[in-house]
Amino acid sequence: MSTPFPTLNESLRAEQGMAPAGAVTVARTSPQPSSQRGEEASGAQADSSQASAQQTVTLPGKGPLLTRGGWSAFMAALIAVCALAPMLNLWVPESSALHLSTYAVALLGKIMCYAICALAMDLIWGYTGILSLGHGVFFALGGYAMGMYLMRQIGLEGNYKSNLPDFMVFLDWKTLPWHWTFSDSFAATLILIVAVPAVVAFVFGYFAFRSRIKGVYFSIITQAMTFAAMLLFFRNETGFGGNNGFTDFKRLLDIPVATPAMRMTLFVMTGLTLLGFFLFAKWLVGSKFGRVLQAIRDAETRVMFSGYSPLGYKLTIWVISAVMCGVAGALYVPQVGIINPGEMSPANSIEIAIWAAVGGRASLIGPIVGAFIVNGAKSWLTVAYPEFWLYFLGALFIGVTLFLPNGVVGLVKKLRKGGEQ
Amino acid sequence: MTPDLLEEGARRVERHGAALTGLNNTASGGRSASAGRIATAGEVDVAHGRILYLEDVSVSFDGFKAINKLSLDIAPGELRCIIGPNGAGKTTMMDIIIGKTRPDAGTVFFGSTIDLLRHKEAEIAQLGIGRKFQKPTVFEQLTVFENLELALKTNKGVKSSMFFKLDSRQSDRLAEILVTIHLAGSVNRLAGNLSHGQKQWLEIGMLLMQDPKLLLLDEPVAGMTDEETARTAELFLTLKGKHSLMVVEHDMSFIRTISEIVTVLCDGSVLAQGTLDQVQADERVIEVYLGR
Amino acid sequence: MVFGDTDARVAALSQAAANADEKTAAFIQALADDAVKTRGEQVFVVKDDKAFDPLTGAEQALPPDAEDVINPNLMRSELDNALAAVKLLSRDEKLRAEALKTLAGESDEARLPLIEKAYGLETVPALKSQLGLMRAAILLGSPDKAKRLDAAGQLASSKSPATKTVLIERLGSETDADVKVALQAALAKVEASLAWGDKLGAIFSGISLGSILLLVALGLAITYGLMGVINMAHGELMMIGAYATYVVQGLFQRYLPGAFDWYLLAAVPVAFMASALTGAVLERGVIRFLYGRPLETLLATWGISLMLQQLVRSIFGAQNVGVENPVWMSGGVQVLGNLSLPYNRLVIIGFALAVLLGMGWLIGRTRLGLFVRGVTQNRPIASCMGVNTARIDTYAFALGSGIAGLAGCALSQVGNVGPDLGQGYIVDAFMVVVLGGVGQLAGTVYAALGLGILNKFLEGWTGAVLAKIAVLVLIIVFIQKRPQGIFAMKGRSAEA
Repeated sequence: MSTPFPTLNESLRAEQGMAPAGAVTVARTSPQPSSQRGEEASGAQADSSQASAQQTVTLPGKGPLLTRGGWSAFMAALIAVCALAPMLNLWVPESSALHLSTYAVALLGKIMCYAICALAMDLIWGYTGILSLGHGVFFALGGYAMGMYLMRQIGLEGNYKSNLPDFMVFLDWKTLPWHWTFSDSFAATLILIVAVPAVVAFVFGYFAFRSRIKGVYFSIITQAMTFAAMLLFFRNETGFGGNNGFTDFKRLLDIPVATPAMRMTLFVMTGLTLLGFFLFAKWLVGSKFGRVLQAIRDAETRVMFSGYSPLGYKLTIWVISAVMCGVAGALYVPQVGIINPGEMSPANSIEIAIWAAVGGRASLIGPIVGAFIVNGAKSWLTVAYPEFWLYFLGALFIGVTLFLPNGVVGLVKKLRKGGEQ
Repeated sequence: MTPDLLEEGARRVERHGAALTGLNNTASGGRSASAGRIATAGEVDVAHGRILYLEDVSVSFDGFKAINKLSLDIAPGELRCIIGPNGAGKTTMMDIIIGKTRPDAGTVFFGSTIDLLRHKEAEIAQLGIGRKFQKPTVFEQLTVFENLELALKTNKGVKSSMFFKLDSRQSDRLAEILVTIHLAGSVNRLAGNLSHGQKQWLEIGMLLMQDPKLLLLDEPVAGMTDEETARTAELFLTLKGKHSLMVVEHDMSFIRTISEIVTVLCDGSVLAQGTLDQVQADERVIEVYLGR
Repeated sequence: MVFGDTDARVAALSQAAANADEKTAAFIQALADDAVKTRGEQVFVVKDDKAFDPLTGAEQALPPDAEDVINPNLMRSELDNALAAVKLLSRDEKLRAEALKTLAGESDEARLPLIEKAYGLETVPALKSQLGLMRAAILLGSPDKAKRLDAAGQLASSKSPATKTVLIERLGSETDADVKVALQAALAKVEASLAWGDKLGAIFSGISLGSILLLVALGLAITYGLMGVINMAHGELMMIGAYATYVVQGLFQRYLPGAFDWYLLAAVPVAFMASALTGAVLERGVIRFLYGRPLETLLATWGISLMLQQLVRSIFGAQNVGVENPVWMSGGVQVLGNLSLPYNRLVIIGFALAVLLGMGWLIGRTRLGLFVRGVTQNRPIASCMGVNTARIDTYAFALGSGIAGLAGCALSQVGNVGPDLGQGYIVDAFMVVVLGGVGQLAGTVYAALGLGILNKFLEGWTGAVLAKIAVLVLIIVFIQKRPQGIFAMKGRSAEA
């Protein structure tokens, strides 16, 4: 509405007999006739209109979740996980060259769990700029929750033929500690797998982000967090099996755990979880929420200045990534058959970061690729040239940070662009 | 009723209306600006014809008096230019208005009812004062469209961001601003790939999304090409009237293009004020700033 | 004492010891030395291939079929005690003091007459008071109430932890109320005097740990505080210093065995140079390309740490290696009854102090230090002034690494040396730097000492692991309130 007295422009316009500058309306799909722009353009701007032409602005619509190529790749992966792998493992005979061995199934399942962690790390580091060197603790917490359930499922078939897990009998405990109360219910375990990492992440994140600790200091205290947790779980008194952890699982939901069928089921579930989380992450980073995260990564003070409170955003993505790692841990434990406090070591968490860095941060598909590459190399090298594995890993850290800041995905993009030119 | 009588009746109504307008259009707001009007909290009351009012503001840092009894006021819809030598206190004055620095003495009012000294920086931004810093700070990894979308005046919470969809009113506004800042053709370009001048415009656009009533612009054309400077002048002239602007600049030709009233600051207080010609002819200003 | 089953022998021995004279003493000594042989009913003491009769001392011919007297373990310990008891009465003060040490803590009633006798004869006041305490400890069990009261009173002045145990034991079985009260009073008094020792002991351990943390964190304070480089390989640089010490020790053992006790003096500069050179290579090769990117530096240096660990494993093996203290660092000084300060830790505290002073002097008073400070505060201007910033960076990083090497050398004297030596300290080192604040050495010093002492005090209550966890949690909480650490240069925030 006009001000009490006419402004310069309005009076100018009134003098020249032109209509006041109206709103420029825009459609997403089809251009609509819009009003004129009165002022003369003083210089030629190639992509704007001429003085008397229609001015149309096409705003980008919300893009599809995946491109067509992306959807085809996704469907291919889905088929591979749900149909191809079971067929190659369970139906194709062992003598055939196409047979997928149970060992390979277990290995791939394990790497897929790691890929979920790498995806979570990408959300937190690639998109929000928070390098966490302690995400292993959430992985382990989810794993321990599942482990507790599996230990109870052993029932009376343990070494001591008692209702209590073996290590408790060994320690001369008579009853289950309080934190094992729900460990015989699968439903409760599922809830714990999600809730425990979420609560721990929330508490830690709230205090850390509220104090505005950033950058390297934050990474160091996440290391301290996972180190402290590891020390805690190493103690026998904590009631988590001490430095032996949990192992020797027999059943899950009363179905024996070590059969090929069960392994394949777990494999398929892990694959589906990975694909599901991938879609979820894609949706998340494509929304305005994802863009705010990237803005926080690049210029946090500017984001605050625009009226957003970074605390809520950081905390949300932190908890989401922690829950993803927890779920990954829970899927990991029945496939690998053991969990011990070593999973919480700072070294493990730092490895998660390198998977994301090798693959390519802020690309979602990159960290998954990175997890596969690094863990594949690890499986091969630790068997073929065990002394070289650590050299390779160390060199990978150095090489990726020095030469490949955008990871493998970035390299592929560069090559493709170079090829096009 | 004859046509003559109708016409005469219409003229009489017009004269009566003009007389009323005359009563209402005095410099201090006329009859409607009586003390008996109702003030609503948070609304800027410009009935008295001033949107920003600083009086006798003083602040000193470690013994150095940065601002010394500064008094300044801006009318709504005005484009005020502030010039002066380095160290005159221009940036400090903006810091005080925006709430970053507390003055030791003096009053700062936004409209006639809002005491800015009582509010925190974030609140002042909410009230409708936007500041643009000299260095463009746009989000380089996001596109122009995404930058503006982030700056939309809407619920900034986590949940609403996750499920956010642009409605038609908001997209209209976005488009309007895009056109205003001359970036309609670069909607999908990464902000990091824009030229320096374009980044400045984008930032002004992001400020405009908040629909501020007062814009503080600190050296907006520093580092711009001549062409970009001209377009920026154009942009400011478009904004004038709907928004009030306070521009700190050194580029005299730019100021000549956009200014009505120019205020010269020196040593923390106002040295001279008037049109650019008046100020350029002022002996003291020539002595202190413009040179011979 | 020679024939029969062990119990009978022990009884005979006690009897003999109670009324020992020189000849009995000599015989007991011979028994303990396995120098007694028998044949039939005859007993011989063998000395220098000659046999003597124990009673008369006259030389006799040793029959060829004489059997050795075998002393089972019980007999052996009884022999030792008997010998000590006998020595109590010897003319040599030193022997008496030794004997007292051996017998300390014993409250065998049978000894009482001997101790009474010794108490009566004793002239040296320190030894006399010790004998008095021993006597009182034994008298605590006497049936006479007056004697027990008296004993309780006497024991109150004791400063040894053994007395505390004795008093607590006696309290458990005491029936008489008066004596009980006296015992409790005595216990309280003893605990009070012990408490001082405990507290000082905890403070000393804290300072010792703090001095080690200081050495570890000092290098890190230079590389991070002055240069902004997060070096996750810092622990491995320490490991290199420790292994350098090991190598020097080995060289001394092979080529200069006579001067072995002084190997440490040679090891210190070698450890410094080894780590400094490694650090210089790292800086030139990797880190200089990552300045301004702290997260990447963190990851790259982690990779380096993995490679260094594996390198050491390949060269030296994955097991811990042994590094011995030189003689002048073994043992300790006894300050209070329950407080003994080990020499190696005292030396390390002194060493840490020397390094701190040396570094302070280097940074504050030398040209190199001036350049380092200039480059870190304002690189472009320093470069304009002709300072070779690249070289200064390398020097500064090498200095920080060298100090890590010194820390490793010190650690080798108090702990195990293995490929994972660095991993144990890296988290602590970073905590010190985070707590102490960036840019000021004073912060590092206070943080290191503070964390060391805090850790040790908490250990006294909760045990080592929980103490460590508690310290980590406390640091996280402290950082909430004060993200920039204890001392921070104005204008820096807790971000890289």
